Amino acid sequence: METVNRPHANNMVRWAEKRDKVLVLSADLTSSCEAEDFRKAYPERFFSMGMAEQNMMSFAAGLAREGYYPYVHTFAVFICRRPFDQVAMSIAYPNLPVRMIGFLPGITTPGGATHQAIDDIALMRIIPNLTILECGDATEVESVLDVAQAVNGPVYVRMLRGEVPRLFDCGEPMQLGRARVLAEGRDIAILSSGICTEEVMRITAPVQARGLSLRHLHISTHKPFDDPTVSEALAAARLGVITIENHTIMGGLGSAVAELMAEAGLGKRLIRLGIKDQYAHGASRPYLMEKYGLNAAAVMHAIEQLTGETLGIQIQDIPTTVVPAPHATAKPEDL
Amino acid sequence: MSTVDAVETTAWLEEAQRVATAVRRRVLEHTLKNNGGYLSQACSSAEILATLYLRIMKLGPSQGELVPRSFPGVPAANNPNSFTGADYNGPQAPDLDRFIFSPVHYALVLYSLLIEVGRLDTRALDHFNKDGSTMELIGAEHSPGHEVTAGSLSQAISQAAGIALARKLRGDTGRVWVFMSDGEFEEGQTWEALAAIAYHRIDNLGIYVDANGQQCDGHMDSVMNIEPLRARLLAFGADAHEVDGHDLQALAALAQRPRDGKALVVIGRTDPCRDMDLLRRRAPKLHYVRFSSEQERQEYEHALIKMSEVEKEPHDGNR
Repeated sequence: METVNRPHANNMVRWAEKRDKVLVLSADLTSSCEAEDFRKAYPERFFSMGMAEQNMMSFAAGLAREGYYPYVHTFAVFICRRPFDQVAMSIAYPNLPVRMIGFLPGITTPGGATHQAIDDIALMRIIPNLTILECGDATEVESVLDVAQAVNGPVYVRMLRGEVPRLFDCGEPMQLGRARVLAEGRDIAILSSGICTEEVMRITAPVQARGLSLRHLHISTHKPFDDPTVSEALAAARLGVITIENHTIMGGLGSAVAELMAEAGLGKRLIRLGIKDQYAHGASRPYLMEKYGLNAAAVMHAIEQLTGETLGIQIQDIPTTVVPAPHATAKPEDL
Repeated sequence: MSTVDAVETTAWLEEAQRVATAVRRRVLEHTLKNNGGYLSQACSSAEILATLYLRIMKLGPSQGELVPRSFPGVPAANNPNSFTGADYNGPQAPDLDRFIFSPVHYALVLYSLLIEVGRLDTRALDHFNKDGSTMELIGAEHSPGHEVTAGSLSQAISQAAGIALARKLRGDTGRVWVFMSDGEFEEGQTWEALAAIAYHRIDNLGIYVDANGQQCDGHMDSVMNIEPLRARLLAFGADAHEVDGHDLQALAALAQRPRDGKALVVIGRTDPCRDMDLLRRRAPKLHYVRFSSEQERQEYEHALIKMSEVEKEPHDGNR
């Protein structure tokens, strides 16, 4: 599988070239958030705000009120946890076009609980006016800025960095509120987001080969969550629905799907895969994906639960996921 | 100073003192009407706000309606009707100043001031604290004279700094003025903002602080210490000064200081019971006045009558 090295770093420079109202604000994580190239290319549009996220968020709101588009770059935890009140009151309440680019989603970092954003989508989802986007591959990283910039209001982007696989064709960019249909079927609907989509893609062919039809949707817009493609898939799923997300199962994709299913009165089974109601800790990505059930094996087990039958697929028969080295070009301390 | 300047100087001082006195009277009147209110804040801040509006800020004529508009709904992508109350401070133009009001529980003080400077109708406070009105008890960006939603304290200084930086990037000559309360200097965000303001040399920003020494739990000394405030501000790179916050001339003079890369911060030391001696009995709980007995209420009614007589105005404030 093709991987792309630092797609955001390059895209941000290219994309911002002719957009002179686009500014980048950073809180001492500039190279860690792949904004260093922007800083070098457009120093007059880069503002170092220091390790002070509360001020940075309200400050960005002030710039946005004056017609600028601040692209705030920091780790997702430092957007969604520490300055939650500032995001809600300075940025979201006035519906200002601040774009918050959050890095290190879920267990993509060995940085431990303080650095792992396992609750960011849940926290952002309850804030009115906010749009929430999540990148699942290099094509989405390269197209998410266009999607974000077209939104009339604040946007939170769950971003990937470093070496990122390309799962989707370059000619099929991310679209607001549109799920990607990656497999068609009527037995089970599987909805995945972020790095979990690749895990589901690994098993769809072997499972379909055993006569079970799966409809696999990749979700990149968490809010608004009103895509008819999703509702149709949930309604059509004969045996039930599985969600998988690099996030706690409370408040994220699994919860959003549960809400839709309950409101539609579908009355069918839903298995939410993701981090259960607990914190993770610092370790490698494959180890954490295994430990917290975010991988292909977990999806197969969920399918078996819904069908009541053993699939008989050996995990070694499944092609392996590309696991990029953690930020291959960065210094080890650049968690 | 020429004779003309001297006369003009005297004229604004008299007008500012009249406004400050009338603001106190009006806030007392509505505190009585509502059986409670942020009264001590009017006593402490009236001169600072009057000086900002009458002498310091370069504002154009109000673009707002004399009778305040109804609440238009919260800002949202699908609500084209939302607005801010900044139009009461005049149009936005490169050479004009902007006003950012931070401690929005002082809203009644600002509404009263806007009436006294002719930017709101004398009957505008009929809408105060009424359901569906923009004249809310704690102001938000839709409230007259307000530009940002600042009720979560200390967020306004950062927003103002962002606005000021944007104005610098654009080459505007107008300044951004922020009115703050001293309690906000307990919030970490205030100091984050001051560090960023100094680092980015945002010197088109000026901050006036009503240092009345009071907060919700009582006297600030009993809650947390922010002193020595001026020394702390200087250490953070601000052009910080400390004056009697009821001294109109001293407050106004500091706004004339040359801009040398530093933001101006003026700490106005104020008396939360200024011209309202009755309030002293309630010390140290002055943050929100709610009358405890009919007798107390009547004492304040008498004080109001006295104040109105001194102003030689009818009770309802019509002049």
